[in-house]
Amino acid sequence: MATVKDFRNNVRPNWCPGCGDFSVQAAIQRALANLGLEPEQVAVVSGIGCSGRISGYINTYGFHGVHGRALPAAQGLKLANRDLTVIAAGGDGDGFGIGLGHFIHAVRRNLDITYIVMDNQIYGLTKGQTSPTSAHGFKAKTTPNGNIEHAVGPVQVALAAGIGFVAQGFSSEINQLTRLVEEAIRYKGFALVNVFSPCVTFNKVNTYDWFKQHIVNLEEDPAYDPTDRVRAMQKVLETGGLCIGLIYKEERPSYEELIPGFKPEPIAWQNLELDPAVFEECVREFA
Amino acid sequence: MIRGVTHRMLEELSWKVGGQQGEGIDSTGETFATALNRRGYYVYGYRHFSSRIKGGHTNYKVRVSTKRRLASADYLDILIAFDQESIDFNIKELRPGGVVIADEKFHPALPEGAGAVLYTVPFTQLAETAGSSIMKNMVALGASVYVLDLPVDIFAGVIHDTFARKGQKVVDQNMEAIRQGYNYMKEHGDNRAKLQLKPAAGSGQHLFMMGNDAIGLGALTAGCRVMAAYPITPASDIMEYLIKKMPKVGGVVVQTEDEIAAINMIIGAAYGGARAMTATSGPGLSLMMEAIGLAGMTETPVVIVDTQRGGPSTGLPTKHEQSDLYAVLFGNHGEIPKIVLAPSTAEECFYETVRAFNLAEQYQCPVIVITDLALSLAKQTVEPLRLEAVQIDRGKLVREVDPSHLNGQLFKRYAFTEDGISPRVIPGVKGGIHHVTGVEHNEVGRPDESAANRARMMHKRLKKLEGVELEGSLSFNGPEDYETLIVGFGSSRGPIEEAVERLNSEGRRVAHAHIKVLAPFPTKTLSTYTEKAHNVVVVENNATGQLSKIMKFFGISVPTRSVTKFDGNPFLPGELYQELKGLV
Ligand SMILES: Cc1ncc(C[n+]2csc(CCOP(=O)(O)OP(=O)(O)O)c2C)c(N)n1
Ligand code: SF4
Repeated sequence: MATVKDFRNNVRPNWCPGCGDFSVQAAIQRALANLGLEPEQVAVVSGIGCSGRISGYINTYGFHGVHGRALPAAQGLKLANRDLTVIAAGGDGDGFGIGLGHFIHAVRRNLDITYIVMDNQIYGLTKGQTSPTSAHGFKAKTTPNGNIEHAVGPVQVALAAGIGFVAQGFSSEINQLTRLVEEAIRYKGFALVNVFSPCVTFNKVNTYDWFKQHIVNLEEDPAYDPTDRVRAMQKVLETGGLCIGLIYKEERPSYEELIPGFKPEPIAWQNLELDPAVFEECVREFA
Repeated sequence: MIRGVTHRMLEELSWKVGGQQGEGIDSTGETFATALNRRGYYVYGYRHFSSRIKGGHTNYKVRVSTKRRLASADYLDILIAFDQESIDFNIKELRPGGVVIADEKFHPALPEGAGAVLYTVPFTQLAETAGSSIMKNMVALGASVYVLDLPVDIFAGVIHDTFARKGQKVVDQNMEAIRQGYNYMKEHGDNRAKLQLKPAAGSGQHLFMMGNDAIGLGALTAGCRVMAAYPITPASDIMEYLIKKMPKVGGVVVQTEDEIAAINMIIGAAYGGARAMTATSGPGLSLMMEAIGLAGMTETPVVIVDTQRGGPSTGLPTKHEQSDLYAVLFGNHGEIPKIVLAPSTAEECFYETVRAFNLAEQYQCPVIVITDLALSLAKQTVEPLRLEAVQIDRGKLVREVDPSHLNGQLFKRYAFTEDGISPRVIPGVKGGIHHVTGVEHNEVGRPDESAANRARMMHKRLKKLEGVELEGSLSFNGPEDYETLIVGFGSSRGPIEEAVERLNSEGRRVAHAHIKVLAPFPTKTLSTYTEKAHNVVVVENNATGQLSKIMKFFGISVPTRSVTKFDGNPFLPGELYQELKGLV
């Protein structure tokens, strides 16, 4: 059985020392090992950004696509091979800026994949521009006088779009994050884990300390019920989105389970030759 | 105007039905066309398109011939009119001695001086006698075949196939409506205009399909099991067809949120080991460009269908054009190997789609199949399609890796090889782990932006198609000693073939080269034909002469002249003949 070590490769991430993304990488590797998966059974599909590099830093199959489109690629991969554990990953710009449309539709579609966002409230790779999750008033290169737009709330959007599994984690809480990732992978359907993953180089506001001061850990509230969508939304709004833990979970069939005629055997391994009887039947319609 | 009895024996016939959108004009045209196709005629059916769904004039024009014809006729022999607008709008097409059969209900009248014969038939009333006024279209079909001296039972099979699921009574009523129309003409019609079609030469085994049908069936036959697309005219039928068929083969069609999602989704699916495709038109193609580059860079085999319509922007969304050539060839940033196939008939749509999937996996690159609205949507007679001719070749796909060969290294998905094509393993395979990225990368797929690696990798990818001319890159027809060579691509094959036939019958020496592979461009093959010509004329449906410029770009050195049309309609054969006559 594979151990955490088997999910490591010899590539040194080109992230800045202290970047929150290291913890996310480690949490994913631990979660995969804890789940008893083998490296070849997993594919990490990522977008573009500092965070997007993550697919190259985990010893599984890895696909690093274009900016903002990790989710469509991950969904296509899952359709081709439903036996694979597919993890999509990227930054807040990737997922909630350029890729926001895909996010909402991936939620609606509900394929059995896990989406991990490294939300640092800034564009890291392009060196410090305002992101769609940057707060109102936030100062960065593209908003020198303060952000006059309002932040998108990823969890609010997810809940509003009808998501079946949503959790938030924090890079400093790696054990909790590992558990959340594990649970998200185990969940049969589209699961979002939004991670507060500080950018130590460009975001001087939303630092580790800042998060520690502002975050509410739902696991410390025994009364919190993650199966109540209304309560979940209320909690997220109350905390300004700054809560961690499992926020909402609801069991329901995934997209693959609902596709008419879809087979248990992955498409990737099926014989592609068309049954002559089916061909005949198709042709006859045009006679 | 009564002109006495006209008995004409026709090699071919042009028939049209016109009325308001939503009145069942298409199904009337299709029933007529299918019946004659089954009788062994060569049929070409072209719908007058408009983006309005209900209301407004629409018509369906059917050409019936004893030999293959791939274009609408310039003229009309029979016009079925459900309203006065249909007469006024189409009367100019009627050739002398033509027949108008119109519903009595709207008191039809021919414009002053029209040299046609008008038959007024109580379509609606006769349909009511047969069971319901909605069958007035059937009455019109009965009246049509009376004029053509064909029996009503040529419709029996089609009517049965169309209505059997609604019960025998509906079948009988429809046949009765057809008979009503026929008998009415027999009793009330004089023999002022009796047209007679020469007997059909075909076997009746032919199919009748549009290019989009053939692409859908081709994809299914080629093993495409993931299709992702966003609706757009004139591509949507391909998605809709596959939605109906995929459950039979365990595949899936996803209607995505946009074309960017569609192309990225099929890239993911193809990376995962499925044969995957998308289909779109100009606006969607523009949105896909970044990811087409990704497919090229990551050497992921995907098939993209571009059904061209009038551009730019929303342009002429339901009209015909061939103006995406630059976009498919040069639209993406950076430099990638790419294959572009341009079928010209529905039959070719089937086989070229199959070939597209094979080429995509053999060369591990994106393949674009480019059609145009007329090819995608016009229905035509197709020779029986042969499953035996379809072979699935997945290129250098490996499904098993001996891990002892790896020495602890990743799988060399981008190994440098003689032909530039590397073994391709799919996720899930033990020992196959490697990285895939749109960033410049090394043999195991890890980012590597060093100058030396960059040069080698660019060379490796581009080498795959360097100097390659694919089989059947163009077709040639014409006399040995031709003076003029006409060059075209896509659906203009039909009008060009006819114009050339006419010119040659008048003693001109004209040949026709039709390009079927636009990338890699068949410079060598084409130049053997252009070099021999005194005169090269390029025929295309765009304003700037894209094909002729591309020919030059790719090294066709002889001067060319262009005949272009970009008003949203395909060339009519007679119109093209007139234009070419002045040039040859
Ligand atoms: C289509 C496109 N537009 C712009 C870019 C440039 N770009 C690369 S990453 C990025 C944003 C990165 O921010 P985020 O997604 O938050 O990831 P981070 O770097 O912070 O991890 C941008 C704008 C691109 N690669 N592609
Ligand atoms: S720039 Fe920010 S997000 Fe990027 S690696 Fe450095 S710390 Fe991480």
